[in-house]
Parts: sequence; C-alpha cells; structure tokens
Amino acid sequence: MKGLRDVWADTLVTLAKDDPRIVVLDGDLANSTKADKFAAAHPDRFLEMGIAEQNMVGVAVGMAALGFVPWLSSFTVFFTHRAVDPIRMLVAQTNANVKIGAAYSGLMTGFTGKTHQDVEDLAIMRAMPQMTVLAPADQYECAAMIKWASDYNGPVYLRLTRDGSADVFGSDHQFAIGEVRLLRSGRHALLVSTGPQSVRCLEAANELAKQQIEVGVLHVPSIKPLNVAALLEACSAYDLIFTVEEHSIIGGLGGLVAEILSENSPRRVIRYGIEDKWGESAPNDFLLDKYGLSALQVSQRIAKAFKKK
Amino acid sequence: MSTNETPGSPRTPGTPGTETTVQPGVSSASSKDSDYSELEELSRRGRWLVLSTVAGSGAGHVGGPMSAMDLLISLFFRGMDIRPEEPGWPERDRFILSKGHAAIGLYTVMALRGFFPVEELKTFDKGNSRLQGHPDVTKLPGLETSTGSLGMGLSVGIGFALAGQKKQQRFHSFVMIGDGELQEGMVWEGLHLAPRYQLGNLTAILDCNGLQQFGWLKHQDGDGRGDRRDPWNNVDLAAIFAHLGWRVVQIDGHRFDEILPAIRESKAQPLHGPPTMIIARTLKGKGLSFTEGKFEWHSKVANQDELDLARRELQIVEAAK
Repeated sequence: MKGLRDVWADTLVTLAKDDPRIVVLDGDLANSTKADKFAAAHPDRFLEMGIAEQNMVGVAVGMAALGFVPWLSSFTVFFTHRAVDPIRMLVAQTNANVKIGAAYSGLMTGFTGKTHQDVEDLAIMRAMPQMTVLAPADQYECAAMIKWASDYNGPVYLRLTRDGSADVFGSDHQFAIGEVRLLRSGRHALLVSTGPQSVRCLEAANELAKQQIEVGVLHVPSIKPLNVAALLEACSAYDLIFTVEEHSIIGGLGGLVAEILSENSPRRVIRYGIEDKWGESAPNDFLLDKYGLSALQVSQRIAKAFKKK
Repeated sequence: MSTNETPGSPRTPGTPGTETTVQPGVSSASSKDSDYSELEELSRRGRWLVLSTVAGSGAGHVGGPMSAMDLLISLFFRGMDIRPEEPGWPERDRFILSKGHAAIGLYTVMALRGFFPVEELKTFDKGNSRLQGHPDVTKLPGLETSTGSLGMGLSVGIGFALAGQKKQQRFHSFVMIGDGELQEGMVWEGLHLAPRYQLGNLTAILDCNGLQQFGWLKHQDGDGRGDRRDPWNNVDLAAIFAHLGWRVVQIDGHRFDEILPAIRESKAQPLHGPPTMIIARTLKGKGLSFTEGKFEWHSKVANQDELDLARRELQIVEAAK
C-alpha cells in the first residue's frame, strides 16, 4: 500500500529525469500533495504559483504551448470548483497539454470537512469535451497512468486520493486508455467501481461470497474516454448492476454507467455513493462507514438488497 | 518549504517598480516611426471594418475594438516581430487579447496585416467560420490562446514568458487587458506573480477606455465618461502596479508617438527584470462621433445612416459599396 499522492510525486521525480519537458506548478500545497519531493529533486523545474489556482492553470497553458508538460499540484476541490473556468476555456477548449494532479479527492481529505471534500469532480470533469478523466485504484495503476498521461498530448485530469489503498495490480501493470478491468467475476450481480473504491468493492465481494452471494467487480479506471463496448460486454451477464463510488451518486460513475446501459442494454442500476449531501470532518474509517462505502458497509448493503429481492 | 531557498523558485521582488511617462517626440524614433500617416490610415480602415463587419453579422462588439485599434495596429504593424505567412514561427512575439470580446478588432488587424484575406471578415460569427465571436486558438492560426471569459489572458502570457526564460528564447509576450476586465480576480493572481518571477519579457497593456458594459452611474463627484463611471474611479492603478513590482508606463493609447516608443522600450527590457505595464488611456468607441464615450456601443449594431456617417468620418472611399 502506498498513498497515491506519494506515488504521484515519486513517479514524476523519476519520469522527469528522462523527460526534460516535465515541470510541476504548485498552488502552495507542495508539502501536502508531496510535490515537495519534486521540488527537492528538480528545483529548477518546480514553480511555486502561490495560493492562486486559476492563474496556475493559465500559466500551465502558456508553458504547455512552448513544449513543456506541466503537472499541477493542488487539492481536487480547488481545481474542479475554484479553477473550473480556466480549466474549461484555457485547457479543455484549446486541448492544452496540461496535467491536473488532483490530490485529496473524495471524502477522505484528512480531517478537512466538507469545504475540502470533493465528491462532484467526476460529474464536472467528465462533462467537459476533450478532457481525459482517470481514477487509479492502487499505486501501480497510478504510476502507469502518470506515465501514460505524461506521454499523451492533451489535457488529463488525474483523480488522486490523499491516502493509500491495498494493492490489486502488480508492479508490471500496464494502463490502456478507455479500458475496464474485471477484478473478479460473479453470478448474481456486478459491482462497478472506480478509484480505490474498487479495492473496497473487491473486499466486499469476497465477504459476500462467504454468504453465497457471488458478485463480480468491474473497475473503471478511465472515466473518460471509456470503451463503451467493453463496459457493455462486462455487464452483459448480469441483470443487476451496483455502481459504487466515493463520489456523489449524481453525475459520476453511477451516472455514466446508467447513461450507457439505459441507451444500449437497459437493466437495473443501483447507485451507491454520497447521496446528495455534504460531508463532514472525521477519520477515514468513520466516513467510509457513515457514508456506506467501507467494504463491510458495501457487503452489508448488497446482502440486504438481495434479501429484499 | 521555503520558496526562496531553492534555485528556480521565485525571486523576492528586489527591484521596486518604476513609473515613467513617455514624452512625445523624445524617443529615438526612426524616420519610419515619425511618420504615422500609414498607421493612421490603417486604423481608420480597421475601425471601418469593425463597424461594417459587426453590422454585416448583426451582432458583435464595437466600443472595445475601437479603443484598442491604435494599440493593435501599432503592435501588429510595428511593435511585434511576427510573420503572417508563418504564424507558428517559434521566435515570434506573442500577443494575447485577454479582452476577448474585442475579437473583431483583432481579426481586422490580423487581416490587414495579411494573416488571412480581409474578405474573410465577412464570415465573422456566421457559422463554420474561423472567426468566432471570441478568439478560438483551435480555429485561426496566428492566435496564441483562446479568450472570452475575462481575466485569463495575463496568466497564459506569464506562462509564455516563464517558458521563454527557461528555454532562453528572446521573444516578447504582450497581453491586452481591459480596464473593466481588471475587475476579475484572476488578473490579480497574475499581477502579483509576474514581478516575483522577474518576467522582463512580458508586457501587459491596459486598455483604459473608461467604460464597461453597464457599470455604475456617474455621480457628480465622479470622473467617469459618458453617463457611467470609470471602472476604476478614483483608484490610482499606476501606483498599485508599481508597488506590486511592475515597470509602469502611462501613455495616450491613441497617439502613435507615445504607443510605439512604449512598445519598443518594453521589448528592450532585460529578460530578467520587472515586467512592464503600459497603461493606455483610451476612449471607448474612439474614432466615430456617435460611438465615442458611449457605453451603449459596447456591443451595438450600426444602422445604414450610421454606416454612411462612419464612412465619411473615417474617409473610407474604396469600401463604399
């Protein structure tokens, strides 16, 4: 297990040794996002932008136009809410080669409360034409995505979490844009998830198996673009789909899956996530439990759903 | 971490900003620069094309393009090193029209300079056009970024200038900002950052035409124009910029003998040094008796009588059809 913010910083430190185009712009949070590691390793390619995220986005666009590959360091909420206008007009609309390292996504933002929790980011970012939206499950997938994003020419939003999750992939993991990953097959239902929540869903599926409820787990690392045919194929054997995400049930992964299935292959989709309400300050375990996203909570909710059936 | 201890991190603003006023006629103007008749003619044609194009499209902005016209003509015909036939030339000077709603002013000047045929101006705003209502870098070669949502151009210009420093390229970046646009907070994020990084290769041009789209009513104690207040009524912007660390130059934005030296001196600044802020005092709707100083002409379409009057006032002969 390794925190995704650490993976982000360490991977960029390594990539930048061979790729002189990579620079990191920071919104005065480097010691939180771990961009300080990059600052220490590549001081001439670390640019402190101060507490001014909108400007940081614009500066990155200017540098990208001159051939740099700017990675941005700040909290998710300051990108997708505060700086959404420059991200929309300057980055997405111009297809600028800017990479957004969105640290501290979701609920588990280190005792910050609802001001800093971002459970709307996927809904916002995936609605933007030309934006690539990625959500890694573990350290190996995260590292592979950072490599992919640094080589790709265009805007990328990388949804990072503050803390780590158990590993599901290996150190030789390869990321393919648009892919979906079946982590476990099942018979009774399919859990579709993204980011580290996929790991918690895998644990939940293992728990449910003990109760003779066999659920598959499909990980969607590439929220946008998405291989729709692959998603449909993965869902085809199941009458019941649960989407599970550390995000609002409005407009995120649940919305995405429901949109695709309802148009192509209608079946029941139940969305688990944050239910149209704001979060609060608390330890991670408390938050996952209260908002029904811990492995135990997910397994219990699904078991209950099956009893009702 | 302390931002002042690592190489490559921002410098503490060491050189305080300075403030100068360009004196007409005292610069080392070449003979070409001292004869402004060609530029004056281009500006008149530019203003006519703005008014007539907007009339042809049935929508668009007039007041802002008119106030910026002499500055744009100066940049594109004298100030900047550019190659209309090779818009992507790597060493070119960069220009960003941050006040993107004045797009037709920029398009007009680019057309006159040869980036595309003047005839293409007729496609403005009409669908499938390279000339979008606000500048779209993905459609028209010669643009450097997209603008329209206000307040964003300076940040991109800072990115150009930082990249230019890092790559040891000698081009200069110009960003034109409106005085109304200056109310956007994002501009101020850039205003404090550019001097920290000592971007001597960056110049902001503030088109101070004294009016915004609607603004505040003029009061007896105000010094606004038209029947509206100046967007920065009673605010000493020059002092603010200077204290932030900019090299501030104040000019009349309609006098070529002030504009051209200001641009030339901006480009002559050391690569690492204070960025330049040219405060250009202008008149919204400049050049036509019926648009000058009228906030209503921020975006308005001329009728036939107004077009006829404009043609006479701008001495347009060949375009009278």
